[in-house]
Amino acid sequence: MPRYYTEEHEWIDVDGDVATVGITDFAQGQLGDIVFVEVPDTGAELSQGGDAAVVESVKAASDVYAPVDGTVTEGNSQLEEDPALVNSDPEGEGWFFRLALSDKSQLDGLMDAKAYKAFCDAL
Amino acid sequence: MTETEQLDDDVAIEAATEVLPLDAWHRAKGGRMVEFAGYWMPIQYEGIMAEHLWVRENAGLFDVSHMGQLALSGDKVAEALETLVPGDISALKPGRMRYSLLLDEDGGILDDLMITNEGDQFGIVVNGAVKWEDIGHLRENLPDDITLNHNEDYGLLALQGPKAVDALARLVPEAASLVFMQAARATWNGHAIGLSRSGYTGEDGFEISLPNEALTDFADALCAMDEVKPIGLGARDSLRLEAGLPLYGHDLDPTIDPVEGDLAFAISKRRREEGGFPGAARILGHLADGSPRKRVGLLVDGKLPVRGGAKLFDGNTEIGVVTSGGFAPSVGAPIAMGYVPTGLSEPGTAVAAEVRGKRVACTVAAMPFVPHNYVRKTGA
Repeated sequence: MPRYYTEEHEWIDVDGDVATVGITDFAQGQLGDIVFVEVPDTGAELSQGGDAAVVESVKAASDVYAPVDGTVTEGNSQLEEDPALVNSDPEGEGWFFRLALSDKSQLDGLMDAKAYKAFCDAL
Repeated sequence: MTETEQLDDDVAIEAATEVLPLDAWHRAKGGRMVEFAGYWMPIQYEGIMAEHLWVRENAGLFDVSHMGQLALSGDKVAEALETLVPGDISALKPGRMRYSLLLDEDGGILDDLMITNEGDQFGIVVNGAVKWEDIGHLRENLPDDITLNHNEDYGLLALQGPKAVDALARLVPEAASLVFMQAARATWNGHAIGLSRSGYTGEDGFEISLPNEALTDFADALCAMDEVKPIGLGARDSLRLEAGLPLYGHDLDPTIDPVEGDLAFAISKRRREEGGFPGAARILGHLADGSPRKRVGLLVDGKLPVRGGAKLFDGNTEIGVVTSGGFAPSVGAPIAMGYVPTGLSEPGTAVAAEVRGKRVACTVAAMPFVPHNYVRKTGA
């Protein structure tokens, strides 16, 4: 299952026409202790680069953007009870939402793991 | 992912960000440095939540060297200061300190500050973000025969938490003999230092003023102790919020007077009777008849943090604004403070905050949110 990354520190796992989106380990480390996550409603139409979710750390609220266009099929309801999952397992149990992809060609513009690592190292 | 709100959101970056004497020390300790009040300062080391809880149980070392350390000397300094602040400075005995407010001519708050009678002079500690404005205001409004010294050769550290006294007394035994809001001079490793039992966390603790060249060794000596860890600005903010202490520039500004700011305790009895401080007419009127609005604490329903800038509603009517807020680690829930009409300021009053278009239920709450643990008697 290929995983892509954005310059806004989201990751996206693609499985056929459905993708799972979360924030990277680098991002959670920058945010610090996460106390609240607002995931999009099922059925929400997201467009690439638009607001998709909000993550609140102790110190600040941060927007999470949609890495690609799509329709939300599921938000991670576990984050409501346990937002700290984003700290403890950001690229696994701490996923944010799933969406049905509208335009798979948009994935071509994203980074792979190696490119993302190089991107973070340069920050 | 982009931060939409930052701790330093209202700090105008007019000049190059300055470096504090302990800059390298913070970086070596893993501090994540951010711009605050014109300086690079550590927002956190291991994490805000852990640092916050550490201070409530142990002792945390804060570098607050960005704050302005001023000294006023000359004839009748107390009387002169009383023309600018509403506290009874004349009654302040040597070795005692008092929280006070620098007021503009309309009674609006220019800054909140600590004034200490150091015997031969009055020491004043002011907020870093407005220290240059404060210095200008003092120079302009105090008589020419009063000398104002801005002590930039000294840094300021705060050691806060229930174990602060034990830790500090190992280095400076005099610390243990002070009580809350007392100050003394002492010597450490040949350096002249100033101590006060005070702080900004609601916990027992001290602020220590010492020469820049002694800061690193002193910080190392404290952090070598098991009960002491360095603590960043993030936890300083969440600790003071739980303690109900306002942050200048967020919860207080020149549009707000001391009664509105729920700081009427800083207007001493004699001054209420005599007046003679800036904005006395407005402030004494608000004391007598109530102010139109008041700073209150807010307990937030649910988990969504309500932060500074959120509008407050009573039904469909906009009634006020949140001035600071966030997750409170010791409360285990979001809390906030803000301004509401005095008629809606009683604890228990239900209001709503607006966050990203949604209404969040809040209840006006008495402050502090976490009890203060000040030591008012030694041996207690």
